[in-house]
Amino acid sequence: MYSLNNVSLNINEGQIFGLLGPNGAGKTTLISMLCGLVKPTSGHFTIDGLDYQHHASKIKKIIGVVPQEYALYPTLTARENLLYFGSMYGLKGSDLKDKVIETLDLLGLLKFADKQVQTFSGGMKRRVNLIAGILHNPKVLFLDEPTVGVDVHSKTAIIDYLKVLNQNGTTIIYTSHHLAEAEDFCSQIAILDQGQIYAQATPSALIESTKDARNLEDVFISLTGKALRDDI
Amino acid sequence: MIYKIWMSVVKEFLLLKRDLGGLIILFVMPLVLVIAVTLIQDSTFKAVTDSKLQILLVDKDHGSVSKTVFENLEKSKYFTVVTQIDNKPITEKIAKENVYKGKFQLAIVIPENLSSDLQEKVNQNVEKIVSNLGLSDSTSTAEPQRVIKEKEVKLYFDPAVQMSFKNAVMSSIDKMISQIETKSIYSTFQKQLGEETIDFEQKNFITFKEIIPRINNKEVRPNSVQHNVPAWTLFAIFFIVIPLSINIVKEKSQGTFVRLRTNPVSNLVVIIGKTITYSIICMIQFYMMVAVAVFLFPSIGLPSLNIEGHFVLTSVVALFSGFAAIGFGILLGTVASTQEQSAPFGATSVIILAAIGGVWVPVFAMPKIMQYIAKSSPMNWGLEAFYDVLLRNSSFVEIIPQITLLFLFFIITTSIALFYDKKKRAV
Repeated sequence: MYSLNNVSLNINEGQIFGLLGPNGAGKTTLISMLCGLVKPTSGHFTIDGLDYQHHASKIKKIIGVVPQEYALYPTLTARENLLYFGSMYGLKGSDLKDKVIETLDLLGLLKFADKQVQTFSGGMKRRVNLIAGILHNPKVLFLDEPTVGVDVHSKTAIIDYLKVLNQNGTTIIYTSHHLAEAEDFCSQIAILDQGQIYAQATPSALIESTKDARNLEDVFISLTGKALRDDI
Repeated sequence: MIYKIWMSVVKEFLLLKRDLGGLIILFVMPLVLVIAVTLIQDSTFKAVTDSKLQILLVDKDHGSVSKTVFENLEKSKYFTVVTQIDNKPITEKIAKENVYKGKFQLAIVIPENLSSDLQEKVNQNVEKIVSNLGLSDSTSTAEPQRVIKEKEVKLYFDPAVQMSFKNAVMSSIDKMISQIETKSIYSTFQKQLGEETIDFEQKNFITFKEIIPRINNKEVRPNSVQHNVPAWTLFAIFFIVIPLSINIVKEKSQGTFVRLRTNPVSNLVVIIGKTITYSIICMIQFYMMVAVAVFLFPSIGLPSLNIEGHFVLTSVVALFSGFAAIGFGILLGTVASTQEQSAPFGATSVIILAAIGGVWVPVFAMPKIMQYIAKSSPMNWGLEAFYDVLLRNSSFVEIIPQITLLFLFFIITTSIALFYDKKKRAV
């Protein structure tokens, strides 16, 4: 039994691509493969025409990753975390410092820049987590449930910022359980279940093509059913 | 790459700076350890030399031998002889009970008729020799000789006393009895030859003198500090394995490790950053302990560490020992998945490495098989290098084998960690 089976996707430059699916559908596995964290047992994919086998380093320079966990050092300040992760992308000097200040400001965190991350609320941590993945202006941004567990204000701030990034040319691939958020945010959606893609289209096309569907949630239920997906 | 390494070092220092527990493990505990152990070992040494140990003497002989044993023990710097408990003479049974209960550490039981039997045995032997030489008168040779059984001086030791103490005591008592026997033989010869006016030279003809190594024309007499500071400094340096492995495990559990795997940075850069940081920590630890041993020890009644002329070489040994410890910490942190795995394993393995490395018991005193195992402990390579420099006045060339082994250990453990990590990295 495989986490993913016979998945075929083509994500165009400039898209906001949503990967939706119930728990255990294979969303995180797919994103992990695309980020170079999990090796597929078979199959092939390219990012901007590059594959990991031959161009891992080049791919890592053009992608940004925002993992589901807060991948930050809790005892470092927001600024220290970002300066460190920014430097790992090759940024340095005033370019790096200015970029950190600019993004912290845009996401409403500048006045907390020198506070340790462990003192932050969940929403603040999510925003720092996001900034750590986009400091180098990635061409492709992978986000694994970037708004999980945050309040409405933080969620709005994150989504608004992601829209700005997308307008500036960043292709976004994201997973979420917030179907209303995905309906509003994504230009293209794939619904994944049991390791397979059940449907792929624009949100409106998915709603139109599903009988009696008023929104993406109806489409989702129609495709994946109502059964609980708890698994250990 | 240099900038990435620099930023990694900065990050590691910031993380350490804000980890009070880690700082205590890294800097306070080693100092407490080296002070406590040196004080204890020094006071143990003083206890043996300065204060006298009470020993029970059961005298069933009441003759010249038991008198001599009593006088010699009383004259000794190490013992006070107890012949009565509660104003009653001590019997063998009472002595045995008291020693086995730990109230006294040693009892000596002098058997009945030891003096008279010894004298008779010596007389018989001397007479035989004199007779064979044709020097005796005819009447004495005709007398039949009584068979004298060998005598046993019994020693009872408290089961809790250490083997080294037992051996030392047994050796001095053996020496004392030998001297009594020799004296008795000489006296009997004198009597038999009828030359009581001639005084035999009874002093030992062969004596020994310890020649102390000299450095810069000064005798360097090893003391508890010269032995303990290098040993426990090394032990403390190796304890870096615990915070370092926890640091790596935390990176994995916090998710920062996953983020770094998606960044355009190799694990080697991260490892180099950690190695530089923890090498600096090792050296700070080392200099702190040396400073304490040189400046603080004299003010608390301990001898000062003599590091004169060895500062650079001991620093080199500390640095390479630090590399070995860091390599081990990196490997442990890479392989372990939780802090619950890395911390106890790290602590236990450092103690095992110290034990087999000769930190507690000198390697030469270990069984043969353990001596071979000891030679494979990086703690032993470091300790030998420290002793070579501090006590044997060795040069840099002479410690190259040990520091090469320490560096190889670092390279091998780090390479295994990198290989293991690469295998785990998917793409």
